[in-house]
Order: sequence, then C-alpha cells, then structure tokens
Amino acid sequence: MENRNILDTVDSDLAERLLSRRAALGSTLTATFALASVPLGLAALARRAFAQGPLPAQIINVLNFALTLEYLESEFYETGVATSGLIPVGEADVFDQIRKHESAHVAFLLSVLGASAVSKPTFDFTAGNGSGTGPYADVFSNYETFKAVSQAFEDTGVRAYKGQAANLMSNDAILRAALQIHSVEARHASEVRRLRGLDGWITQAFNNIPGADAVYADEDAVRQFGISVPGITPVPRDEITEAFDEPLSMGKVLAIVAPFIVGSNP
Amino acid sequence: MTTPLQTHTDSGGNEGSRDRRDFLRMAGLGGLALVLPAALANCADSTSPMPPSTRLSRTIGPNDAVTLDFSSDIGVANYAYALEQLEARFYNIVTDNPASDLLAGELAILNDIRAHESVHRDFLRVYLGAAAIPKLTFDFSSVDFTSRASVLATSRVFEDLGVAAYNGAGELLTDPQNLLLAGKIVSVEARHAAAIRDLIDPRSRFFAGDDVIDANGLDRAFDPLTVLAAADPYIVNPINVVGLP
Repeated sequence: MENRNILDTVDSDLAERLLSRRAALGSTLTATFALASVPLGLAALARRAFAQGPLPAQIINVLNFALTLEYLESEFYETGVATSGLIPVGEADVFDQIRKHESAHVAFLLSVLGASAVSKPTFDFTAGNGSGTGPYADVFSNYETFKAVSQAFEDTGVRAYKGQAANLMSNDAILRAALQIHSVEARHASEVRRLRGLDGWITQAFNNIPGADAVYADEDAVRQFGISVPGITPVPRDEITEAFDEPLSMGKVLAIVAPFIVGSNP
Repeated sequence: MTTPLQTHTDSGGNEGSRDRRDFLRMAGLGGLALVLPAALANCADSTSPMPPSTRLSRTIGPNDAVTLDFSSDIGVANYAYALEQLEARFYNIVTDNPASDLLAGELAILNDIRAHESVHRDFLRVYLGAAAIPKLTFDFSSVDFTSRASVLATSRVFEDLGVAAYNGAGELLTDPQNLLLAGKIVSVEARHAAAIRDLIDPRSRFFAGDDVIDANGLDRAFDPLTVLAAADPYIVNPINVVGLP
C-alpha cells in the first residue's frame, strides 16, 4: 500500500480489499463468539469484530482515524521514554505505562483493520508540519513541554473516541473495544494533568498549554441534551463543566493534530 | 433539543411512542429475563418499559425492590442512575465528616468528585423524568469513614466499577444520543479512578494499572450482572434485572 494517511479520503477500492480480507479469514467467520467480560486475545478480538461480516466503510474510516491518533501517541511516548534525561526517574513509570498502552492500541487496531489499515504518517512533534521548528520545538528536551503536549494528546484522544462512538454502534465488539480504549485515554489524561499540577478533570475550557485552545473548546458546556444543568442541581458551575467531558468531531480532531503530521493539509 | 427520555417536560406523545417502538423491537430479540436476587414479584412488568410500581412512586422503603429492564435505553439509563446514586451518597458521607488522616489536598479532590457524582445523579434523574427509579437506600457499614485507607480503597472500587459498567453498557443502548451521554460521563469516572489510584500509589503505574488494563491496552467492560453483583453489598434495595440480551 502506498504511504497515505487519514487525511486522505477512504479509498475507492476499500470494499474490494475488505471482501478479500473476509475470504482470507474463511470459516472463522462462521464461528459465534459469546459476550464475555474477560480480556480476549488479539486474534479473538479481531475475529469477534468480524463476526458480523466485513466491516462497513464507516467503521473502517473511524478505526483508521483512531489508528492515526494512536500512531501519533505511540511514537510520541516511544521517543520520549527513549530520550535520556527527559523524564525524571520518579515519573518514568507513569510515561512507560502510557507508552505501553498506546503501543498496544496500535497493535489492536492493526489487528482489526488488517489490510485496510492506513500507514503510519511521519510526525513532527514540534507541531511544525515537518519543519521541526514548531511551537513545541523543545518537546523532547524540556520536560514541561513534553508533559504539555502529552496532556493535549490525551485530552484530544478522549474527545476523539467520544465523538466517534455513535458511528460504531453497528458492531458491538468494536464499540466495546473503542469504549475500553476511551477510558484508558481518560485515565492517562487525568494522570498527566495531575503531573502538571492540574486537576484530573477539565474545568470550563481552561487550559495552560499555548496553542491548545481548540483541544478544550466547548468543554465549558452547561446545557446537556436540552437540560440547563445549573437549573437542576445545586452544584456550582465549574464542577458542572467538570462532570461532563465533551466530544469532538473527526474534522476538529484532525485539524488539531494536522501540524504534527508531515505533509498533511488541514 | 428534546430527548427520548425527557418525558417529564414532553407532553407530546411523539417521543414516548418512539421509546415504545424501540422497546417492542428489542423485546422481540429475546425474552431472557434474569432476576437478581430472588425477588420475582415484578416480573410481570417485563412487558412494560416503565414498571407501574416504580413509575408513580418516587420514594420507596429500603426493602422494596427496583426493576432494571435492560431491553430499553430507559433501563440502561436507570442502571446508570442507580450507580450514580451509590457514588454520590458515598462521597457525601466521605466529605461531610472527612477522615482525619487525609493528606493535604485530598479533601479538595474528594469534594470535586462528590460534586461530579451529584451532577451525574441529579442530571440522570431529570433526564429520566417520570421513568426514573426511586431513591435507593445504601449500606456503607463495611467502610471505615474515619480511615483514609478505607475511604480511598472504596473510592477506587466504585470508580473502577463505574468505568467498567459504562464500558459494558454502551452496546445495550439503541439511541446514539444516550451513548454520547454515557460517553460524556464515563471518561469523567475514568479521570476519577486514575486520580484516586494516584493518591493511593503516587506517580506509579497504578493510575492505569495492569490489574484493570489488559495486554491490549483495554480497560474493563462488565455486563450489568457482574456490576450489580459487585455493588450488591452496598445497595439495600433488591434489584431485579430483566431484559438483558
């Protein structure tokens, strides 16, 4: 497959490749998989995802979107953890645990997508779109910058998965797995925020990361599904905004990460 | 925006009939009724999305049973409402008379979590409107509220359980809006879980430990029976579970 990324539209030959993938899986598609709360192996998860037949284009598109974000996070933490002197010893375990999860998410999504998976883009973690001299130029030499970018990635990831959940409702196994990743990203976000001296939760649309306002846009909502929440609870407004995390559309997420992806056209 | 569950503000029958249609469609997929514990009294209600016994009465005694019918989004939302009631009540007690050995800053965190769980509870009650289950009665006698360790350990159990509950309930929902609502809440529960775990074992891997995150990097997802069995020691009212797939 040629090098392409999620910012391209879904290929016209996607359906064809999906059909051939289904043929390759053969008789395993006829197996039924009982719902279970125990962790499944990668192969079993992938098989269960396909148990309802070939994945529709909408799900492929969402999973490739997720894969792109996980590629981004995974390479970010692999680089950060491997950079000597960047992460203080006392906080190294935190970032190694996050690195481990993001790497596992990439592997999981690759196993589900198979031949339909997009390739890993080339990243510029300075947000310089390939120049290497973006606003976060010292991301791997200044721990404060590294943590700030980490927080932005994690809080964006939470919003990205949340925004796509409804598009996965046709496949229970994939929806469940996406939700299981979503809450892991939220745990990461909480921990990194706390490392930076913030609360684990988002107050209003506040952030202290230069250039990251889009990551927190609309997090100050107090009207939920037609209900004005301050009118139905004595809890103060700040805590109301903390109590609900807001979704982001695929387009807004891609615009946020575009400066980190070399060759992208937001 | 109107919502399917907002029957309290919705005098028109349109949304209600949509609920009913969804319910009837779901009911046709399978009639397996699971009942926890052994209370069978309300089983006849399994053909109704809103059991009359809970529809009109907003207050019940501690021994009165509550039915959660998972064949409709209403039942799933009431399941969430029950868990949020549990959490909100717990943190109310925690913060009203804080353990004296809490460390600096910890009460502020617990106060925040109390506020969030109260918002979740209050919101779900209004969102469900007339379909909301009553206020439940809880038993926290196993918790030593004078002890930081006991409080944090119980908080961890509840937050991790809440995450697993929402993760497992998503696939039971039929309306995308209700899935979005669950998504808006569950990530806040996950933020709580990580923060509480960070208080218990600071700056370690425990905030997203291998005890809850598997080798695929996936958090836990529990079905409602598993969750309610875990919550059962804290909920005095018998909970009848019907309508699971």
